[in-house]
Amino acid sequence: MKTKRSEVSVKANASPGWCYAATKKLIMLFALPAVLYGLSASAFAEEAAMATLAAPIPDKGDTAWMLLSTLLVVLMIVPGLSLFYGGMVRAKNMLSVLSQIFAIFALVSVLWVVYGYTLAFGDGGGLNWVIGDLSKLFLAGVTPDSTSATFSEGVVIPELTFVAFQLTFAAITVALIVGGFAERIKFSALLVFSALWFTFSYLPIAHMVWASGGYLFEKGALDFAGGTVVHINAGIAALVGAIVIGKRIGYGREAMAPHNLPMTMIGASLLWVGWFGFNAGSNLEATGGAALALLNTIVATGSAALGWMFAEWLWRGKPSMLGIASGAIAGLVAVTPAAGLVGPMGAIVLGLIAGAVCLWAVSGLKKSFGYDDSLDVFGIHAVGGIIGAIGTGIFVSPALGGVGVSDYSMVGQVMTQATGVLVTVAWSGAVSFVLFKLIDAAIGLRVTEEAEREGLDTATHGERAYNF
Amino acid sequence: MKMVVAIIKPFKLDEVREALSEIGVQGITVTEVKGFGRQKGHTELYRGAEYVVDFLPKIKLEAAVPADTLDRVLEAIEKSARTGKIGDGKIFVSDLEQVIRIRTGESGSEAL
Repeated sequence: MKTKRSEVSVKANASPGWCYAATKKLIMLFALPAVLYGLSASAFAEEAAMATLAAPIPDKGDTAWMLLSTLLVVLMIVPGLSLFYGGMVRAKNMLSVLSQIFAIFALVSVLWVVYGYTLAFGDGGGLNWVIGDLSKLFLAGVTPDSTSATFSEGVVIPELTFVAFQLTFAAITVALIVGGFAERIKFSALLVFSALWFTFSYLPIAHMVWASGGYLFEKGALDFAGGTVVHINAGIAALVGAIVIGKRIGYGREAMAPHNLPMTMIGASLLWVGWFGFNAGSNLEATGGAALALLNTIVATGSAALGWMFAEWLWRGKPSMLGIASGAIAGLVAVTPAAGLVGPMGAIVLGLIAGAVCLWAVSGLKKSFGYDDSLDVFGIHAVGGIIGAIGTGIFVSPALGGVGVSDYSMVGQVMTQATGVLVTVAWSGAVSFVLFKLIDAAIGLRVTEEAEREGLDTATHGERAYNF
Repeated sequence: MKMVVAIIKPFKLDEVREALSEIGVQGITVTEVKGFGRQKGHTELYRGAEYVVDFLPKIKLEAAVPADTLDRVLEAIEKSARTGKIGDGKIFVSDLEQVIRIRTGESGSEAL
Protein backbone atom coordinates (compact mmCIF):
# COMPACT_ATOMS: atom_id res chain seq x y z
CA MET A 1 0.00 0.00 0.00
CA LYS A 2 2.73 2.40 1.10
CA THR A 3 4.94 1.66 -1.93
CA LYS A 4 2.02 2.12 -4.25
CA ARG A 5 1.27 5.54 -2.80
CA SER A 6 4.84 6.83 -3.19
CA GLU A 7 4.92 5.59 -6.77
CA VAL A 8 1.85 7.60 -7.49
CA SER A 9 3.26 10.75 -5.93
CA VAL A 10 6.49 10.49 -7.95
CA LYS A 11 4.45 10.04 -11.11
CA ALA A 12 2.38 13.05 -10.28
CA ASN A 13 5.49 15.16 -9.85
CA ALA A 14 7.11 13.97 -13.04
CA SER A 15 6.15 17.02 -15.05
CA PRO A 16 8.90 19.27 -16.45
CA GLY A 17 10.36 22.16 -14.44
CA TRP A 18 13.28 22.44 -12.05
CA CYS A 19 11.03 22.86 -9.07
CA TYR A 20 9.35 19.49 -9.59
CA ALA A 21 12.67 17.79 -10.34
CA ALA A 22 14.19 19.17 -7.15
CA THR A 23 11.22 18.03 -5.13
CA LYS A 24 11.55 14.59 -6.64
CA LYS A 25 15.19 14.34 -5.61
CA LEU A 26 14.35 15.51 -2.12
CA ILE A 27 11.63 12.92 -1.80
CA MET A 28 14.03 10.19 -2.88
CA LEU A 29 16.62 11.42 -0.40
CA PHE A 30 14.20 11.21 2.46
CA ALA A 31 12.72 7.98 1.19
CA LEU A 32 16.06 6.13 1.33
CA PRO A 33 16.41 5.84 5.13
CA ALA A 34 12.75 5.02 5.32
CA VAL A 35 13.21 2.13 2.90
CA LEU A 36 16.21 0.85 4.88
CA TYR A 37 14.21 1.14 8.08
CA GLY A 38 11.31 -0.57 6.34
CA LEU A 39 13.52 -3.56 5.39
CA SER A 40 14.70 -4.03 8.96
CA ALA A 41 11.20 -3.71 10.29
CA SER A 42 9.51 -5.89 7.69
CA ALA A 43 8.27 -8.30 10.32
CA PHE A 44 6.40 -5.52 12.10
CA ALA A 45 5.07 -4.23 8.81
CA GLU A 46 3.63 -7.62 7.98
CA GLU A 47 1.89 -7.78 11.32
CA ALA A 48 0.50 -4.31 10.81
CA ALA A 49 -0.75 -5.26 7.36
CA MET A 50 -2.56 -8.27 8.82
CA ALA A 51 -4.24 -6.03 11.36
CA THR A 52 -5.26 -3.61 8.58
CA LEU A 53 -6.83 -6.47 6.62
CA ALA A 54 -8.79 -7.57 9.66
CA ALA A 55 -10.37 -4.16 10.24
CA PRO A 56 -9.90 -1.81 7.32
CA ILE A 57 -10.36 1.87 8.02
CA PRO A 58 -12.37 4.01 5.61
CA ASP A 59 -10.30 6.33 3.46
CA LYS A 60 -11.21 9.98 4.03
CA GLY A 61 -11.18 10.67 0.30
CA ASP A 62 -13.61 7.84 -0.41
CA THR A 63 -15.84 8.92 2.43
CA ALA A 64 -15.87 12.54 1.30
CA TRP A 65 -16.66 11.48 -2.25
CA MET A 66 -19.56 9.29 -1.14
CA LEU A 67 -21.00 12.01 1.10
CA LEU A 68 -20.86 14.42 -1.81
CA SER A 69 -22.38 11.86 -4.18
CA THR A 70 -25.25 11.34 -1.78
CA LEU A 71 -25.97 15.06 -1.75
CA LEU A 72 -25.82 15.15 -5.53
CA VAL A 73 -28.48 12.46 -5.79
CA VAL A 74 -30.69 14.44 -3.37
CA LEU A 75 -30.18 17.37 -5.75
CA MET A 76 -31.45 15.16 -8.58
CA ILE A 77 -34.71 14.46 -6.80
CA VAL A 78 -36.04 17.36 -4.80
CA PRO A 79 -35.25 20.24 -7.09
CA GLY A 80 -34.19 18.32 -10.23
CA LEU A 81 -36.87 15.76 -10.94
CA SER A 82 -39.54 18.03 -9.42
CA LEU A 83 -38.81 20.87 -11.84
CA PHE A 84 -38.23 18.55 -14.79
CA TYR A 85 -41.65 16.98 -14.28
CA GLY A 86 -43.33 20.14 -12.98
CA GLY A 87 -42.56 22.17 -16.08
CA MET A 88 -44.18 19.53 -18.29
CA VAL A 89 -47.61 19.51 -16.66
CA ARG A 90 -50.29 22.15 -17.05
CA ALA A 91 -50.09 25.18 -14.75
CA LYS A 92 -53.09 23.95 -12.73
CA ASN A 93 -51.20 20.79 -11.70
CA MET A 94 -47.75 22.24 -11.02
CA LEU A 95 -47.93 22.08 -7.23
CA SER A 96 -49.40 18.59 -7.24
CA VAL A 97 -46.31 17.22 -8.98
CA LEU A 98 -43.96 19.17 -6.70
CA SER A 99 -45.86 17.95 -3.61
CA GLN A 100 -45.88 14.36 -4.79
CA ILE A 101 -42.14 14.19 -5.37
CA PHE A 102 -41.29 16.05 -2.17
CA ALA A 103 -43.60 13.83 -0.11
CA ILE A 104 -42.27 10.64 -1.70
CA PHE A 105 -38.70 11.65 -0.93
CA ALA A 106 -39.66 12.32 2.68
CA LEU A 107 -41.61 9.07 3.00
CA VAL A 108 -39.05 6.77 1.42
CA SER A 109 -36.23 8.36 3.45
CA VAL A 110 -37.95 7.31 6.65
CA LEU A 111 -38.98 3.86 5.40
CA TRP A 112 -35.47 3.22 4.16
CA VAL A 113 -33.79 3.57 7.52
CA VAL A 114 -36.65 1.82 9.36
CA TYR A 115 -36.74 -1.39 7.30
CA GLY A 116 -35.62 -0.71 3.73
CA TYR A 117 -31.87 -0.91 4.17
CA THR A 118 -31.87 -4.18 6.05
CA LEU A 119 -34.28 -5.84 3.60
CA ALA A 120 -32.31 -4.63 0.59
CA PHE A 121 -28.79 -5.36 1.81
CA GLY A 122 -29.17 -7.84 4.66
CA ASP A 123 -28.60 -11.58 4.36
CA GLY A 124 -31.99 -13.20 3.90
CA GLY A 125 -30.83 -16.78 4.60
CA GLY A 126 -33.09 -19.15 2.68
CA LEU A 127 -34.76 -16.24 0.91
CA ASN A 128 -31.47 -14.47 0.23
CA TRP A 129 -31.89 -14.87 -3.54
CA VAL A 130 -34.74 -12.36 -3.40
CA ILE A 131 -34.66 -10.34 -0.17
CA GLY A 132 -32.57 -9.52 2.89
CA ASP A 133 -33.50 -9.96 6.53
CA LEU A 134 -34.58 -7.74 9.42
CA SER A 135 -31.34 -7.93 11.40
CA LYS A 136 -30.70 -4.19 10.94
CA LEU A 137 -34.29 -3.08 11.51
CA PHE A 138 -34.22 0.58 12.67
CA LEU A 139 -30.53 0.47 11.63
CA ALA A 140 -29.78 -1.75 14.63
CA GLY A 141 -26.06 -2.07 15.10
CA VAL A 142 -25.14 0.47 12.43
CA THR A 143 -22.81 2.99 14.06
CA PRO A 144 -20.42 5.64 12.76
CA ASP A 145 -17.70 2.99 13.14
CA SER A 146 -19.34 0.23 11.11
CA THR A 147 -18.21 -0.11 7.53
CA SER A 148 -19.45 -1.36 4.17
CA ALA A 149 -17.37 -3.13 1.56
CA THR A 150 -16.59 -1.51 -1.80
CA PHE A 151 -15.50 -3.12 -5.06
CA SER A 152 -11.89 -3.31 -3.90
CA GLU A 153 -10.63 -5.90 -1.47
CA GLY A 154 -9.89 -4.30 1.89
CA VAL A 155 -11.34 -0.91 0.99
CA VAL A 156 -14.36 0.16 2.99
CA ILE A 157 -16.56 3.20 3.49
CA PRO A 158 -18.59 4.09 6.60
CA GLU A 159 -21.77 2.05 6.55
CA LEU A 160 -23.87 5.12 7.35
CA THR A 161 -22.59 6.72 4.16
CA PHE A 162 -23.67 3.67 2.20
CA VAL A 163 -27.06 3.70 3.93
CA ALA A 164 -27.61 7.35 3.02
CA PHE A 165 -26.35 6.92 -0.55
CA GLN A 166 -28.66 3.98 -1.16
CA LEU A 167 -31.54 5.84 0.48
CA THR A 168 -31.44 8.41 -2.29
CA PHE A 169 -31.62 5.66 -4.94
CA ALA A 170 -34.75 4.19 -3.38
CA ALA A 171 -36.31 7.65 -3.15
CA ILE A 172 -35.66 8.65 -6.75
CA THR A 173 -36.96 5.34 -8.07
CA VAL A 174 -40.32 5.76 -6.38
CA ALA A 175 -40.47 9.46 -7.30
CA LEU A 176 -39.85 8.72 -10.99
CA ILE A 177 -43.12 6.76 -11.21
CA VAL A 178 -45.15 9.92 -10.56
CA GLY A 179 -44.71 10.99 -14.18
CA GLY A 180 -46.76 8.07 -15.51
CA PHE A 181 -50.05 9.15 -13.97
CA ALA A 182 -49.42 12.83 -13.29
CA GLU A 183 -52.38 15.21 -13.36
CA ARG A 184 -54.97 12.65 -12.22
CA ILE A 185 -53.75 10.52 -9.29
CA LYS A 186 -55.28 10.87 -5.85
CA PHE A 187 -52.62 12.06 -3.40
CA SER A 188 -53.55 9.61 -0.65
CA ALA A 189 -53.53 6.69 -3.11
CA LEU A 190 -50.10 7.75 -4.32
CA LEU A 191 -48.65 7.73 -0.80
CA VAL A 192 -50.05 4.26 -0.09
CA PHE A 193 -48.79 3.00 -3.43
CA SER A 194 -45.34 4.51 -2.83
CA ALA A 195 -44.90 2.79 0.52
CA LEU A 196 -46.12 -0.58 -0.77
CA TRP A 197 -44.29 -0.49 -4.08
CA PHE A 198 -41.07 0.51 -2.34
CA THR A 199 -41.50 -2.52 -0.09
CA PHE A 200 -42.58 -5.11 -2.63
CA SER A 201 -40.83 -4.02 -5.81
CA TYR A 202 -37.87 -1.76 -5.07
CA LEU A 203 -36.42 -3.68 -2.14
CA PRO A 204 -36.48 -7.15 -3.75
CA ILE A 205 -35.12 -5.90 -7.09
CA ALA A 206 -32.35 -3.92 -5.37
CA HIS A 207 -31.49 -7.01 -3.32
CA MET A 208 -31.53 -9.33 -6.32
CA VAL A 209 -29.25 -7.05 -8.36
CA TRP A 210 -26.88 -5.56 -5.79
CA ALA A 211 -26.71 -7.73 -2.69
CA SER A 212 -24.37 -10.69 -2.63
CA GLY A 213 -26.47 -13.81 -2.86
CA GLY A 214 -29.14 -11.95 -4.85
CA TYR A 215 -30.46 -13.89 -7.85
CA LEU A 216 -29.27 -11.49 -10.58
CA PHE A 217 -26.09 -10.55 -8.73
CA GLU A 218 -25.04 -14.20 -8.62
CA LYS A 219 -25.98 -14.67 -12.26
CA GLY A 220 -23.46 -11.94 -13.11
CA ALA A 221 -25.93 -9.36 -14.39
CA LEU A 222 -24.15 -6.02 -14.69
CA ASP A 223 -25.90 -2.94 -13.40
CA PHE A 224 -23.37 -0.36 -12.37
CA ALA A 225 -25.66 2.36 -11.01
CA GLY A 226 -29.18 1.04 -11.28
CA GLY A 227 -30.45 0.76 -14.85
CA THR A 228 -32.67 -2.18 -13.91
CA VAL A 229 -33.19 -1.43 -10.22
CA VAL A 230 -34.07 2.21 -10.73
CA HIS A 231 -35.08 2.94 -14.30
CA ILE A 232 -36.67 -0.20 -15.71
CA ASN A 233 -38.31 -0.84 -12.35
CA ALA A 234 -39.85 2.66 -12.19
CA GLY A 235 -40.61 2.85 -15.91
CA ILE A 236 -42.67 -0.35 -15.86
CA ALA A 237 -44.55 0.72 -12.72
CA ALA A 238 -45.38 4.03 -14.39
CA LEU A 239 -46.68 2.28 -17.52
CA VAL A 240 -48.84 -0.10 -15.51
CA GLY A 241 -50.10 2.86 -13.48
CA ALA A 242 -50.92 4.89 -16.59
CA ILE A 243 -52.90 1.96 -18.02
CA VAL A 244 -54.73 0.99 -14.81
CA ILE A 245 -55.66 4.57 -13.91
CA GLY A 246 -56.61 5.45 -17.48
CA LYS A 247 -56.05 8.46 -19.67
CA ARG A 248 -56.42 12.04 -18.56
CA ILE A 249 -59.75 13.64 -19.44
CA GLY A 250 -59.40 15.17 -22.88
CA TYR A 251 -56.22 13.26 -23.71
CA GLY A 252 -55.60 13.43 -27.45
CA ARG A 253 -58.35 16.03 -27.93
CA GLU A 254 -57.40 18.97 -25.72
CA ALA A 255 -54.06 20.72 -25.76
CA MET A 256 -51.91 19.55 -22.85
CA ALA A 257 -48.78 21.46 -23.68
CA PRO A 258 -46.10 21.81 -20.96
CA HIS A 259 -46.71 24.97 -18.97
CA ASN A 260 -43.11 26.01 -18.38
CA LEU A 261 -40.31 24.47 -20.42
CA PRO A 262 -37.59 26.67 -18.91
CA MET A 263 -38.36 24.93 -15.59
CA THR A 264 -38.09 21.57 -17.33
CA MET A 265 -34.72 22.66 -18.69
CA ILE A 266 -33.53 23.70 -15.21
CA GLY A 267 -34.78 20.37 -13.85
CA ALA A 268 -33.01 18.41 -16.57
CA SER A 269 -29.80 20.32 -15.85
CA LEU A 270 -30.02 19.59 -12.13
CA LEU A 271 -30.67 15.96 -12.97
CA TRP A 272 -27.57 15.86 -15.14
CA VAL A 273 -25.36 17.42 -12.47
CA GLY A 274 -26.85 15.21 -9.77
CA TRP A 275 -26.39 12.15 -11.93
CA PHE A 276 -22.61 12.41 -11.45
CA GLY A 277 -23.25 11.46 -7.86
CA PHE A 278 -25.58 8.71 -8.97
CA ASN A 279 -23.22 7.14 -11.52
CA ALA A 280 -19.72 8.07 -10.41
CA GLY A 281 -20.77 7.67 -6.77
CA SER A 282 -21.83 4.11 -7.53
CA ASN A 283 -18.14 3.34 -7.86
CA LEU A 284 -18.11 3.69 -4.03
CA GLU A 285 -14.49 4.85 -4.13
CA ALA A 286 -12.84 8.02 -5.39
CA THR A 287 -10.73 6.26 -8.01
CA GLY A 288 -10.17 6.05 -11.75
CA GLY A 289 -13.33 3.98 -11.93
CA ALA A 290 -15.30 6.93 -10.61
CA ALA A 291 -13.59 9.17 -13.15
CA LEU A 292 -14.56 6.78 -15.95
CA ALA A 293 -18.18 6.76 -14.77
CA LEU A 294 -18.15 10.56 -14.53
CA LEU A 295 -16.76 11.03 -18.03
CA ASN A 296 -19.22 8.52 -19.47
CA THR A 297 -22.03 10.38 -17.75
CA ILE A 298 -21.01 13.50 -19.67
CA VAL A 299 -20.43 12.04 -23.10
CA ALA A 300 -23.31 9.56 -23.24
CA THR A 301 -25.65 12.35 -22.21
CA GLY A 302 -24.24 14.69 -24.82
CA SER A 303 -24.51 12.14 -27.60
CA ALA A 304 -28.05 11.19 -26.57
CA ALA A 305 -29.13 14.86 -26.58
CA LEU A 306 -27.65 15.12 -30.09
CA GLY A 307 -29.21 11.81 -31.16
CA TRP A 308 -32.70 12.92 -30.10
CA MET A 309 -32.20 16.43 -31.48
CA PHE A 310 -31.08 15.34 -34.94
CA ALA A 311 -33.65 12.54 -35.14
CA GLU A 312 -36.42 15.00 -34.26
CA TRP A 313 -35.06 17.59 -36.65
CA LEU A 314 -35.01 15.10 -39.53
CA TRP A 315 -38.26 13.39 -38.66
CA ARG A 316 -40.46 16.18 -37.34
CA GLY A 317 -38.81 19.20 -38.90
CA LYS A 318 -37.61 21.14 -35.84
CA PRO A 319 -35.04 20.58 -33.07
CA SER A 320 -36.91 21.34 -29.84
CA MET A 321 -35.61 22.35 -26.41
CA LEU A 322 -37.81 19.72 -24.79
CA GLY A 323 -36.31 17.21 -27.23
CA ILE A 324 -32.71 18.10 -26.36
CA ALA A 325 -33.47 17.90 -22.62
CA SER A 326 -35.40 14.64 -23.02
CA GLY A 327 -32.57 13.17 -25.07
CA ALA A 328 -30.12 14.09 -22.33
CA ILE A 329 -32.25 12.26 -19.76
CA ALA A 330 -32.53 9.24 -22.07
CA GLY A 331 -28.73 9.19 -22.32
CA LEU A 332 -28.32 9.47 -18.56
CA VAL A 333 -30.69 6.56 -18.10
CA ALA A 334 -28.94 4.42 -20.71
CA VAL A 335 -25.46 5.05 -19.34
CA THR A 336 -26.54 4.34 -15.75
CA PRO A 337 -25.95 0.57 -15.85
CA ALA A 338 -22.90 1.06 -18.04
CA ALA A 339 -21.20 4.05 -16.41
CA GLY A 340 -18.14 2.39 -14.84
CA LEU A 341 -18.05 -0.58 -17.19
CA VAL A 342 -17.84 0.75 -20.75
CA GLY A 343 -15.33 3.03 -22.40
CA PRO A 344 -16.16 6.61 -23.40
CA MET A 345 -16.58 5.61 -27.07
CA GLY A 346 -18.98 2.85 -26.12
CA ALA A 347 -20.86 5.38 -23.99
CA ILE A 348 -21.19 7.72 -26.96
CA VAL A 349 -22.68 4.98 -29.14
CA LEU A 350 -24.99 3.92 -26.31
CA GLY A 351 -26.16 7.53 -25.91
CA LEU A 352 -26.83 8.04 -29.62
CA ILE A 353 -28.94 4.89 -29.77
CA ALA A 354 -30.85 5.80 -26.61
CA GLY A 355 -31.57 9.34 -27.83
CA ALA A 356 -33.03 8.23 -31.14
CA VAL A 357 -34.89 5.15 -29.88
CA CYS A 358 -36.44 6.95 -26.89
CA LEU A 359 -37.79 9.64 -29.26
CA TRP A 360 -39.53 6.85 -31.14
CA ALA A 361 -40.75 5.35 -27.86
CA VAL A 362 -42.42 8.57 -26.68
CA SER A 363 -44.02 9.28 -30.05
CA GLY A 364 -44.46 6.31 -32.41
CA LEU A 365 -44.64 3.54 -29.83
CA LYS A 366 -46.79 5.56 -27.41
CA LYS A 367 -49.21 6.58 -30.14
CA SER A 368 -49.64 3.07 -31.52
CA PHE A 369 -50.61 1.68 -28.11
CA GLY A 370 -52.56 4.75 -27.02
CA TYR A 371 -51.66 4.73 -23.31
CA ASP A 372 -51.36 8.06 -21.50
CA ASP A 373 -47.98 7.94 -19.77
CA SER A 374 -48.18 11.68 -19.00
CA LEU A 375 -44.48 12.48 -18.74
CA ASP A 376 -43.07 9.48 -20.63
CA VAL A 377 -41.54 7.58 -17.75
CA PHE A 378 -41.90 4.35 -19.70
CA GLY A 379 -40.66 5.79 -22.98
CA ILE A 380 -37.52 7.27 -21.45
CA HIS A 381 -36.75 5.33 -18.26
CA ALA A 382 -37.89 1.82 -19.14
CA VAL A 383 -36.89 1.93 -22.81
CA GLY A 384 -33.66 3.83 -22.09
CA GLY A 385 -32.97 1.47 -19.20
CA ILE A 386 -33.40 -1.60 -21.39
CA ILE A 387 -31.10 -0.13 -24.06
CA GLY A 388 -28.57 0.57 -21.33
CA ALA A 389 -28.85 -2.87 -19.73
CA ILE A 390 -28.41 -4.73 -23.02
CA GLY A 391 -25.83 -2.22 -24.25
CA THR A 392 -23.76 -2.73 -21.11
CA GLY A 393 -23.49 -6.42 -21.99
CA ILE A 394 -22.10 -5.44 -25.39
CA PHE A 395 -19.89 -2.42 -24.67
CA VAL A 396 -18.32 -3.86 -21.51
CA SER A 397 -16.30 -5.91 -24.00
CA PRO A 398 -12.60 -4.95 -23.86
CA ALA A 399 -12.59 -5.21 -27.65
CA LEU A 400 -15.06 -2.30 -27.70
CA GLY A 401 -13.20 -0.25 -25.12
CA GLY A 402 -14.99 -1.60 -22.05
CA VAL A 403 -13.34 -2.63 -18.81
CA GLY A 404 -14.30 -6.29 -19.29
CA VAL A 405 -15.46 -8.86 -16.77
CA SER A 406 -13.99 -12.26 -16.03
CA ASP A 407 -15.04 -15.09 -18.37
CA TYR A 408 -16.62 -12.57 -20.74
CA SER A 409 -18.48 -13.69 -23.83
CA MET A 410 -20.68 -11.14 -25.54
CA VAL A 411 -23.57 -13.50 -26.26
CA GLY A 412 -23.50 -14.93 -22.75
CA GLN A 413 -23.34 -11.51 -21.11
CA VAL A 414 -26.14 -10.12 -23.27
CA MET A 415 -28.29 -13.13 -22.33
CA THR A 416 -27.55 -12.49 -18.64
CA GLN A 417 -28.41 -8.82 -19.09
CA ALA A 418 -31.65 -9.78 -20.84
CA THR A 419 -32.50 -12.07 -17.92
CA GLY A 420 -32.05 -9.11 -15.58
CA VAL A 421 -34.35 -7.00 -17.75
CA LEU A 422 -37.02 -9.71 -17.97
CA VAL A 423 -36.99 -10.44 -14.24
CA THR A 424 -37.33 -6.72 -13.46
CA VAL A 425 -40.08 -6.14 -16.04
CA ALA A 426 -42.06 -9.15 -14.83
CA TRP A 427 -41.56 -8.44 -11.13
CA SER A 428 -42.26 -4.72 -11.26
CA GLY A 429 -45.13 -5.23 -13.70
CA ALA A 430 -46.86 -7.85 -11.54
CA VAL A 431 -46.33 -6.06 -8.22
CA SER A 432 -47.44 -2.72 -9.66
CA PHE A 433 -50.55 -4.20 -11.27
CA VAL A 434 -51.66 -5.94 -8.08
CA LEU A 435 -50.98 -2.85 -5.95
CA PHE A 436 -52.80 -0.46 -8.27
CA LYS A 437 -55.82 -2.75 -8.43
CA LEU A 438 -55.90 -3.27 -4.66
CA ILE A 439 -55.57 0.44 -3.90
CA ASP A 440 -58.17 1.30 -6.53
CA ALA A 441 -60.63 -1.10 -4.89
CA ALA A 442 -59.81 0.10 -1.39
CA ILE A 443 -59.62 3.89 -1.64
CA GLY A 444 -59.73 4.75 -5.35
CA LEU A 445 -56.74 5.78 -7.45
CA ARG A 446 -58.15 8.71 -9.27
CA VAL A 447 -59.47 12.13 -8.33
CA THR A 448 -63.02 13.06 -9.32
CA GLU A 449 -63.67 14.37 -12.81
CA GLU A 450 -64.48 17.75 -11.33
CA ALA A 451 -61.19 17.89 -9.45
CA GLU A 452 -59.28 16.82 -12.51
CA ARG A 453 -60.79 19.57 -14.63
CA GLU A 454 -60.23 22.14 -11.90
CA GLY A 455 -56.62 21.05 -11.47
CA LEU A 456 -55.06 19.18 -8.59
CA ASP A 457 -53.35 22.25 -7.14
CA THR A 458 -56.54 23.81 -5.87
CA ALA A 459 -58.65 20.64 -5.69
CA THR A 460 -56.18 18.51 -3.73
CA HIS A 461 -53.71 20.91 -2.16
CA GLY A 462 -55.79 24.06 -1.74
CA GLU A 463 -53.22 26.37 -3.26
CA ARG A 464 -52.21 27.78 -6.61
CA ALA A 465 -48.75 27.79 -8.14
CA TYR A 466 -49.00 31.19 -9.73
CA ASN A 467 -50.86 34.19 -8.35
CA PHE A 468 -50.18 37.13 -10.59
CA MET B 1 -68.47 60.39 -34.59
CA LYS B 2 -66.99 57.09 -35.66
CA MET B 3 -65.69 54.11 -33.77
CA VAL B 4 -62.63 52.58 -35.39
CA VAL B 5 -61.62 49.07 -34.32
CA ALA B 6 -58.45 47.67 -35.85
CA ILE B 7 -56.92 44.22 -35.49
CA ILE B 8 -53.20 44.45 -36.16
CA LYS B 9 -49.98 42.51 -35.78
CA PRO B 10 -48.60 43.00 -32.27
CA PHE B 11 -45.21 44.27 -33.39
CA LYS B 12 -46.87 47.02 -35.45
CA LEU B 13 -48.50 48.68 -32.46
CA ASP B 14 -45.86 51.35 -31.88
CA GLU B 15 -45.86 52.45 -35.52
CA VAL B 16 -49.64 52.66 -35.58
CA ARG B 17 -49.73 54.67 -32.36
CA GLU B 18 -47.16 57.14 -33.73
CA ALA B 19 -49.06 57.52 -37.01
CA LEU B 20 -52.28 58.21 -35.13
CA SER B 21 -50.66 60.73 -32.79
CA GLU B 22 -49.24 62.57 -35.78
CA ILE B 23 -52.68 63.19 -37.22
CA GLY B 24 -54.03 64.33 -33.89
CA VAL B 25 -55.89 61.34 -32.53
CA GLN B 26 -56.28 62.03 -28.81
CA GLY B 27 -56.46 58.54 -27.40
CA ILE B 28 -56.65 54.85 -28.20
CA THR B 29 -57.43 51.71 -26.22
CA VAL B 30 -55.42 48.57 -26.83
CA THR B 31 -56.20 44.94 -25.94
CA GLU B 32 -54.15 41.80 -26.47
CA VAL B 33 -56.41 39.36 -28.26
CA LYS B 34 -56.28 36.02 -30.07
CA GLY B 35 -58.12 35.12 -33.21
CA PHE B 36 -58.00 33.52 -36.61
CA GLY B 37 -58.54 34.77 -40.10
CA ARG B 38 -56.93 33.75 -43.35
CA GLN B 39 -53.51 33.47 -41.79
CA LYS B 40 -53.00 29.86 -40.81
CA GLY B 41 -51.93 28.97 -37.27
CA HIS B 42 -48.92 26.83 -36.52
CA THR B 43 -48.28 23.43 -35.00
CA GLU B 44 -46.45 22.85 -31.74
CA LEU B 45 -44.80 19.54 -31.01
CA TYR B 46 -44.06 18.35 -27.48
CA ARG B 47 -42.35 14.96 -27.70
CA GLY B 48 -45.03 12.89 -29.43
CA ALA B 49 -47.95 15.26 -28.94
CA GLU B 50 -48.79 17.64 -31.76
CA TYR B 51 -51.02 20.63 -31.14
CA VAL B 52 -52.38 22.87 -33.88
CA VAL B 53 -52.53 26.42 -32.61
CA ASP B 54 -55.30 28.14 -34.63
CA PHE B 55 -55.63 31.30 -32.61
CA LEU B 56 -52.81 33.73 -33.16
CA PRO B 57 -51.98 36.65 -30.91
CA LYS B 58 -53.09 40.04 -32.26
CA ILE B 59 -53.65 43.52 -30.95
CA LYS B 60 -57.11 45.05 -30.95
CA LEU B 61 -57.00 48.82 -31.09
CA GLU B 62 -60.03 51.05 -30.53
CA ALA B 63 -60.26 54.74 -31.31
CA ALA B 64 -63.26 57.08 -31.23
CA VAL B 65 -62.73 59.86 -33.80
CA PRO B 66 -64.65 62.78 -35.29
CA ALA B 67 -66.36 61.77 -38.55
CA ASP B 68 -64.45 64.33 -40.60
CA THR B 69 -61.07 62.84 -39.63
CA LEU B 70 -62.08 59.25 -40.40
CA ASP B 71 -60.37 59.00 -43.79
CA ARG B 72 -57.07 60.25 -42.45
CA VAL B 73 -57.31 57.89 -39.48
CA LEU B 74 -57.99 54.90 -41.72
CA GLU B 75 -55.14 55.85 -44.04
CA ALA B 76 -52.75 56.23 -41.10
CA ILE B 77 -53.62 52.81 -39.68
CA GLU B 78 -53.51 51.10 -43.08
CA LYS B 79 -50.11 52.54 -43.96
CA SER B 80 -48.47 51.97 -40.61
CA ALA B 81 -49.85 48.48 -39.98
CA ARG B 82 -49.21 47.02 -43.39
CA THR B 83 -46.42 44.50 -44.01
CA GLY B 84 -47.95 43.16 -47.22
CA LYS B 85 -47.98 39.63 -45.80
CA ILE B 86 -51.02 37.64 -44.84
CA GLY B 87 -52.20 38.33 -41.30
CA ASP B 88 -51.91 42.16 -41.35
CA GLY B 89 -55.41 42.42 -39.88
CA LYS B 90 -58.60 44.36 -40.51
CA ILE B 91 -60.20 47.68 -39.67
CA PHE B 92 -63.85 47.91 -38.67
CA VAL B 93 -65.70 51.21 -38.69
CA SER B 94 -69.08 51.93 -37.10
CA ASP B 95 -71.18 54.91 -36.11
CA LEU B 96 -70.73 56.09 -32.59
CA GLU B 97 -73.87 57.36 -30.86
CA GLN B 98 -72.56 59.04 -27.79
CA VAL B 99 -69.30 59.82 -25.97
CA ILE B 100 -69.05 61.19 -22.44
CA ARG B 101 -65.93 62.36 -20.63
CA ILE B 102 -66.47 61.12 -17.13
CA ARG B 103 -64.42 63.76 -15.33
CA THR B 104 -66.21 66.82 -16.73
CA GLY B 105 -69.48 65.39 -17.96
CA GLU B 106 -68.83 66.80 -21.48
CA SER B 107 -70.55 64.80 -24.17
CA GLY B 108 -70.62 64.37 -27.94
CA SER B 109 -67.69 65.54 -30.07
CA GLU B 110 -66.46 67.79 -27.25
CA ALA B 111 -65.61 64.66 -25.30
CA LEU B 112 -63.46 63.13 -28.05
